[in-house]
Amino acid sequence: MLSAEEKAAVTSLFAKVKVDEVGGEALGRLLVVYPWTQRFFESFGDLSSADAILGNPKVKAHGKKVLDSFCEGLKQLDDLKGAFASLSELHCDKLHVDPENFRLLGNVLVVVLARCFGSEFSPELQASFQKVVTGVANALAHRYH
Amino acid sequence: MSLTRAERTIIVSMWSKISTQADLIGTETLERLFSCYPQAKTYFPHFDLHTGSAQLRAHGSRVVAAVGDAVKSIDNVTSALSKLSELHAYVLRVDPVNFKFLSHCLLVTLASHFPADFTADVHAAWDKFLSIVSGVLTEKYR
Repeated sequence: MLSAEEKAAVTSLFAKVKVDEVGGEALGRLLVVYPWTQRFFESFGDLSSADAILGNPKVKAHGKKVLDSFCEGLKQLDDLKGAFASLSELHCDKLHVDPENFRLLGNVLVVVLARCFGSEFSPELQASFQKVVTGVANALAHRYH
Repeated sequence: MSLTRAERTIIVSMWSKISTQADLIGTETLERLFSCYPQAKTYFPHFDLHTGSAQLRAHGSRVVAAVGDAVKSIDNVTSALSKLSELHAYVLRVDPVNFKFLSHCLLVTLASHFPADFTADVHAAWDKFLSIVSGVLTEKYR
């Protein structure tokens, strides 16, 4: 799926990502831009405005957790389905999350990366990242039944 | 789906920033589209799609200008884009999935060029607006 150069480029950019902040921002933006995704986070407290969502400590913590998981996946780009097998089962059997949400979050993450890196996030680099987020989304959906 | 007054204000305000670099934004959006979604290139077999091509620049300008037309008639996007809607339905017949790809690439371009301005609220308003524009352009498909 990704060439050796693409893997290197993706890994190199991601090494510069502030995982704590980017995860929270990506999840927060998902909840703001696609408010129906809030259905999974009713226990998170105040989600009444963009500021409330982005400042919400539970959103930030969960965003970080999600991105940490994504980072782990980046180390196993050759076997994303294997890497995300148990998380896939969890999201299907326990969390009951429609896999479409993984695609939405993946694209929001790409937007956040563009915001962080500006012109460094070139069309070619974006293309590589799109492949990664698609791969992760597919891997997370793989064990659904 | 219709825009709230707050969303309209956000969209118009962001457009005033975009319009200062409209051609650049348009060209980059298309570069991102063709890099990330090579299937979109199937609609342009007659174009030179290399970075910096005159055709890419011209088409990028055209696309962003149309977005600008929609912003200027934000209260009636359907009317403002009526001719374009017919063009896409009867002549171009671009598969609707490509509007999602193009919209996403425009948002990525905006985030990249306007990191401070492209807040979550602006992101939400523009995502919704582009979704409405896409809907208008595919309205007459069948």
